[in-house]
Amino acid sequence: MTFVTKPRVHHPNLPINELGLTRRDYEGSISTLCAGCGHDSVSAAIVQACAELSLPPHRFAKVSGIGCSSKTPSYFLNRSHGFNSVHGRMPSVITGANLANRDLMCIGVSGDGDSASIGLGQFAHVVRRRTNMLYLVDNNGTYGLTKGQFSATNDKGSTSKKGAPNLYEPIDLVSMALQLGASFVARSFSGDKRQLVPLIKAALKHKGMAFIDVISPCVAFNNHAGSTKSFEFVREHMQSAVQADLIFGQPEITADYAQGTRESITMPDGSILQLYKVDADYDPYDRIGALTYVQKMHEEGQVATGLLYVDPDAVECHDILETTATPLNALSEDALCPGNEALTAINQGCR
Amino acid sequence: MPLFVAHVAMEPTNIFDPNYFHKVVDCQYACPAHTPVPEYIRLIAQERYTQAYMLNWDSNVFPGVLGRTCDRPCEPACRRVRTEETPVAICRLKRAAADNKGDLTPYLPHVPTEKNGKRIALIGAGPASLAVARDLLPFGYEVHLFEQDEKGGGFMRSQIPAFRLPEEVLDEEVERILDMGVHCHFGQAIDSLKALMAQDFDAYFVGTGAPRGRDLELTGRDQVDEYIHIGIDWLSSVAFGHVSEIKGKVIVMGGGNTAMDCCRTSLRLGAESVMVVVRSAFEVMKASEWEKEDAMREGIPIINNRPPKEFVHENGKLKGVLFECVTPVRGDDGRLRYEPSGEPEEFIECDHVLMAIGQDNHCPWIERDLGINFDKWDCPELDEITLQSTNPKVFFGGDSAFGPENIIWASAHAHRAAISIHLYCQGRDLKNDRPPEGVNLLSTKMGVHEWAYDAAHDPAKRHLVPLVEHESSLNNLEVEVELGFDAQLAAQEAQRCLNCDVQTVFSDNLCIECDACVDICPMDCISFVENQPEAELRQTLTAPALNAEQDLYVSNGLKTGRVMVKDEDVCLHCGLCAERCPTNAWDMQRSVVHVPQLGSFGE
Repeated sequence: MTFVTKPRVHHPNLPINELGLTRRDYEGSISTLCAGCGHDSVSAAIVQACAELSLPPHRFAKVSGIGCSSKTPSYFLNRSHGFNSVHGRMPSVITGANLANRDLMCIGVSGDGDSASIGLGQFAHVVRRRTNMLYLVDNNGTYGLTKGQFSATNDKGSTSKKGAPNLYEPIDLVSMALQLGASFVARSFSGDKRQLVPLIKAALKHKGMAFIDVISPCVAFNNHAGSTKSFEFVREHMQSAVQADLIFGQPEITADYAQGTRESITMPDGSILQLYKVDADYDPYDRIGALTYVQKMHEEGQVATGLLYVDPDAVECHDILETTATPLNALSEDALCPGNEALTAINQGCR
Repeated sequence: MPLFVAHVAMEPTNIFDPNYFHKVVDCQYACPAHTPVPEYIRLIAQERYTQAYMLNWDSNVFPGVLGRTCDRPCEPACRRVRTEETPVAICRLKRAAADNKGDLTPYLPHVPTEKNGKRIALIGAGPASLAVARDLLPFGYEVHLFEQDEKGGGFMRSQIPAFRLPEEVLDEEVERILDMGVHCHFGQAIDSLKALMAQDFDAYFVGTGAPRGRDLELTGRDQVDEYIHIGIDWLSSVAFGHVSEIKGKVIVMGGGNTAMDCCRTSLRLGAESVMVVVRSAFEVMKASEWEKEDAMREGIPIINNRPPKEFVHENGKLKGVLFECVTPVRGDDGRLRYEPSGEPEEFIECDHVLMAIGQDNHCPWIERDLGINFDKWDCPELDEITLQSTNPKVFFGGDSAFGPENIIWASAHAHRAAISIHLYCQGRDLKNDRPPEGVNLLSTKMGVHEWAYDAAHDPAKRHLVPLVEHESSLNNLEVEVELGFDAQLAAQEAQRCLNCDVQTVFSDNLCIECDACVDICPMDCISFVENQPEAELRQTLTAPALNAEQDLYVSNGLKTGRVMVKDEDVCLHCGLCAERCPTNAWDMQRSVVHVPQLGSFGE
């Protein structure tokens, strides 16, 4: 916990974005997480991504459940809508918010306990429903708030701080998201903002369910030798499949790589998502291939990171439900509640 | 053989080099005497004025005088200029320490009654000689001070008007030194160094300032001698009561601090009107910003870009001055040049002209056959470090050494000269045996989230110093214009200090590269990057480090092969990096810079 408040003064050359805001205007209140917590880096990455995209803070809804991770929405985007909900129930609340106002940009922040244990069912179903949101998991493999028990994402054989190995197979949220219909799936690391920030930017611009699993080490309970979610282990074992970069205007060709290839995807707003494939054979549009790759990497003791799967033409919840293009909260009472006659007509149609 | 351009990554920073962290303390580094500014400001914040005063006294010898009159090289250097525009009012705080101090007796150095047998002659009782006396006396030297005036103080007494520096403030600080046991020979001009040297002192220190005010040889100059006054001589006559009024219209020529003192003094001595006419443009005037403001606040017009051409007179009675009109043009080299503006020449009516266009060194009383070499500007040839002249027994300091500077430079010279005189008298090497510079680093960590300094950043704007009522000051030469900060204002202003001497010290072996410091730093000072040559490295940081005058703090290689690079430029020393560091790789450590002074010998 930090008791010295962060001064409002900022670097004299801090860039000002299209809205006239600096990155500092996208911050939240001062974090009360442990010093060095990976989650704070994830919050900083969200702040940077939103500032660089010049997104208006008041158009965001940030929702979370319970846990260290779920405290973090307080620490970014001060001037946005937020709801700190019940343990594991972020997906329900954010689905409601998104259905009521489809123009909101929705960020759900959850943790490995919140999403892979108590909220596993909610996680599965919000992915199935393809809610248009960024679902971000701060994954540290441990229950930090209750002093370091293994969580459901902790790898089998990874040890506790005292040295005891974990006896159970991990739940891999990335594989589940791929299976259940997420149209943007990525994994990253809180200690690598060069990879993480562009992924968050691309996910925010993606239409549909975007899922990012961020390995975010717990400095208090899961950053020791023997842990597979420590800063050191992840740095040594992360394998980037595809690096993503969101750019505006013409893609700039910066270098000619001997290995790997480049590809560009035009996003709904005209910006361009540039993909740099580290492994030339990797196909980020192939869901089954992505699943296999992730599993294979895991089998080899490596951590697959980067943009693993993207479907640029995916449908989202509102498309499936064929809802009106106008946000429900902007409809007049007449349109929302057409009256008895309309109801009777519908009922008649079902007889 | 082909020549290769070196493309080498930066070396890790050696933080134990005394100069590294000294440079981070911008104010202290800019101060010629290297007064530990943040430390005394903290003492003021704790209402320990006496200790704050003594810290100053040790370093710059005249805190009460300097708190009112210093040229303040520290203030433009203040980090706050780079982070939030206005510097901490360092000079005003120094005065607050002097105004509120208690009894100094217990803190003053002990002067031994048994002397060491060495006799030193100091010529001129200005700040340089007085400071040399202060440094030498506790070491048992017999110090003789020679001065043509009846009182000590030199130009602090003769040229700084009382409305800026009250006499009692000066008397107190001069007498404190004289009371340490100086043998004073006042009221007798030294007109021959040779004669003085016949008295066989062990060493001589010349601190006679730059006593000759410049004059202008223009048409009509000789005919109107009666109405033309050399600024510094005139101020001196006012200070000693020989002149008590000036009648009619006054033109002050010159754009330095002497010109500002001349015009404000004229106003108080009854001049009908006063204006300052300057050859050059307003922004290149030599006078300090605040002295120009003070003059203008008193309603004195400053007219720029007017080189004088002729003194106009009628039968030997001055009628006015004819000026040319020029326009400043900035050349490609960035320097100003002046071209005729095409306007007709301007005649300004006046009854008196005060010349404040500069001063020169002038030592007619030093015979040229004493082995002391002089250059073409009449400045002595000196060793820049030891201040020893080509006659090994004779040392120079203050304005008489390298030409006109200010009081704080005189103090700085005096410390250097005192070391040299001591080494010379003890038969030691003047260069190799000097005490070295040093730095101590002390952790300020008191516990979890507790630091031995007030780390929180205060966004307050610079506090203005209260002034005396306009009317009462303009009619009386003796009324001090600035009232100074009271204890409350001083405490508030002290909070603005960023504590730049509390350093961010990084231990690379503890760092786990979690980025917590990068994320929390409000000024984006910290980066973890691939090491590169400095020019490239500066561009690749979280915020590009464009101020090349400020150093980069580069660590050894970390586990990932990257290095930590901290741009010292706009760091607030708020300690958040250390607060957020899970492994204590960052620590806030107070750097205490040891500037060599005679006391550094520990003898």
